[in-house]
Amino acid sequence: MRRIRTYRDVTHDTGSGLLEQVVDQQRRLAERLSRVRSVVAVASGKGGVGKSAVTANLAAALAGRGLAVGAADADLNGPSLGRMLGVSGARLADRPSGVEPAQSPSGVRVISMEMLQEEEDAPVRWRQPGMGGFIWQSTLETGVLREFLGDVDWGALDVLLIDVPPGTDKIGRLLELVPALDQMLLVTTPSETARFVVSKSIRMAREAEVGTVALVSNMTGHTCPECGHVSDLFTGDGDKRLEKESGLPLWAQIPFDPRLGAATDLGTPFVITDPDADSSRAIFGLADRVAEHIGTRTAQSVERADA
Amino acid sequence: MKFLCLDCDDVMVFAERQIPGDGTLAAVFKCGSCKREMAMLTNPMETQLVSSMGVKIGGREVPAQPMELTRTSLQDGRGDAFALSEDIPLPSADPAAGGEAIIPDGAPTGRVVWTPDAVGRLERVPSFVRGMVKRIYTDWANERGVSEITPEIMDRARTELGLEGM
Repeated sequence: MRRIRTYRDVTHDTGSGLLEQVVDQQRRLAERLSRVRSVVAVASGKGGVGKSAVTANLAAALAGRGLAVGAADADLNGPSLGRMLGVSGARLADRPSGVEPAQSPSGVRVISMEMLQEEEDAPVRWRQPGMGGFIWQSTLETGVLREFLGDVDWGALDVLLIDVPPGTDKIGRLLELVPALDQMLLVTTPSETARFVVSKSIRMAREAEVGTVALVSNMTGHTCPECGHVSDLFTGDGDKRLEKESGLPLWAQIPFDPRLGAATDLGTPFVITDPDADSSRAIFGLADRVAEHIGTRTAQSVERADA
Repeated sequence: MKFLCLDCDDVMVFAERQIPGDGTLAAVFKCGSCKREMAMLTNPMETQLVSSMGVKIGGREVPAQPMELTRTSLQDGRGDAFALSEDIPLPSADPAAGGEAIIPDGAPTGRVVWTPDAVGRLERVPSFVRGMVKRIYTDWANERGVSEITPEIMDRARTELGLEGM
């Protein structure tokens, strides 16, 4: 049998330019993010734990602390961050240097797929040749997320929050785009099911050597507005077990408050409408922890390089 | 992806790309030694897979526009989602009515004149991607020293750049 040279044997440039273009995409993304002091993913792996509401309120809380904050909605197929931050109908200034994000009333720079869609109730659909979407859709969506992060002219930011949709694969996809992720906040609830799913995300974050990984427990209890009695929404202590088993810090326990959902539904984060509520206080506490860790990954890298 | 000429044991180099407009693509590769050519033909699904990466076989003639992949891929994009900072005003051009050429405002596009026919054709591009398409044509014209963009020029650029549907 004759021996045909393998792909790796053939080192001559084919002129197709594909690899060069992919490298250029990565370069553009890295350049854009070089002006961001800390990229923070708000993820879970589990759906329905309140990631977007936590992201919106955390962004507003950080902006309220005087930081330059951006928020990218990586949930392309179920976008909500723009609505929660009150910018869903905003127009985006289109410049050769990049697309300028919308500016929320709370001072957060935002990009979300919902800003690009014509009809509110339309699902996100891609132009396609009729079949085979399962082959290319994931590639395309990764490319769109890359553009959200790299083609949006964020300017100089202290923090860029990324609202990551459910599914550990989505976390993996983000980590491929942004390998030097500074912080990952894993949102969970006291439920055992959430613990089970989030534990997978923890492993993924650890394997990727994310700078700082912390837990955020959402909907930890409900305070009766009449009598003040605190009751559990979930039976179980999945969040505490997760903290103990993983050894990760639990940076916030955010009690359930229906007013938080109502405020964000109207496009105004609850930390602005009611900053003294228990859940707002918990989010401000979370913002302080995030702010404390800004740039620590960079500092660690410098220390390692010096050593 | 590489193509090897087995007779010569030499790599085949990209020579030409053609986009017929039906979602398929033809990319021609040529052996550096014997000059034999072969065409890689892709079906719409394969073409889509490559374009989903935001790359073009044979490389780019003009740099990628911001959010180009998103804008060209999203179906039913909001027409007024993007506000063009250097946009030309797009009057309701009536090619039959003739009229003077329209000179775009703004620095990067200021050297190129769009004829009313070309403006009319640009108006038929969905507004969601119109600004980006206009900038691509203008960049192409500027790079080649073309001072006036006509529909014929748009055809040339479209073929050269592989701008399917633009």
